Amino acid sequence: MIPINHFLVLSAIIFSLGIYGVLARRSAVLILMSVELMLQAAAINFITFAVYLAPGEFRGLIFAIFVITIAAAELGLALAIVLRIYRNKVTANVDEVDMMKW
Amino acid sequence: MTVEEGVFYVIAGATVIGALGVVVARNVVHAALFLILALLAVAGVFLLLAADFLAIVQILIYGGAVTILVLFAMMLTRARDMPQALDGPQRPLAALAAAAFLGTSILAIVSTEWPGETEVITRIPIEDIGEVLFRDWAVPFEVASLVLLVALVGAIILARSEEGE
Repeated sequence: MIPINHFLVLSAIIFSLGIYGVLARRSAVLILMSVELMLQAAAINFITFAVYLAPGEFRGLIFAIFVITIAAAELGLALAIVLRIYRNKVTANVDEVDMMKW
Repeated sequence: MTVEEGVFYVIAGATVIGALGVVVARNVVHAALFLILALLAVAGVFLLLAADFLAIVQILIYGGAVTILVLFAMMLTRARDMPQALDGPQRPLAALAAAAFLGTSILAIVSTEWPGETEVITRIPIEDIGEVLFRDWAVPFEVASLVLLVALVGAIILARSEEGE
């Protein structure tokens, strides 16, 4: 059998790669892709704890379902905002979108 | 090493390669293709965790809808034209932050004594998930539907072109 730590370490690796992507990338679409990676890592963690430690309760799996649902809604909305910004400023680079900053 | 562990390492390797490709690829379309690899490999991880329903949901929503959405957004924002500007000057700091998080969490994972069984996966049947989801979690489920509806309307309003534009 696979020990629980394998899955937890895998999820930690994916999450840190997501952190790196969010902080290092400049294109808004690439940042959103890194956010998706972090959400995936969270979903893996939820399911891991559900099937290993608390199989009698379903909270982990239910939470993973909600994570996937909310991630889909978030991505759709965020990409609409990115398209809107691109139409107004002709760039998807987050460094150049600073109209709410002073 | 058992067969299961071998399969796990193959799928985990694919996931990590995909995720690494997303964050270091020098071409945005390549990054999107790496994202597809990572998301499908995560579906494989779900299968290893005996969560077959979630693996199918993952393939349908991420493998289908999300990747198409990302590729479309990429084409519409023409990010392909500026490959030199993909990463910001804060890259070393970002790597430091990610490495710090990774080190801390691996340390925490290894040093924690998990309560209960840590070697055996218990399969949770789909029927039970459905029953719990629609009985105990019915209100959050309805709220999630509302969130999806609002996101749909909001995305349409944000993305449509205005009159006279």
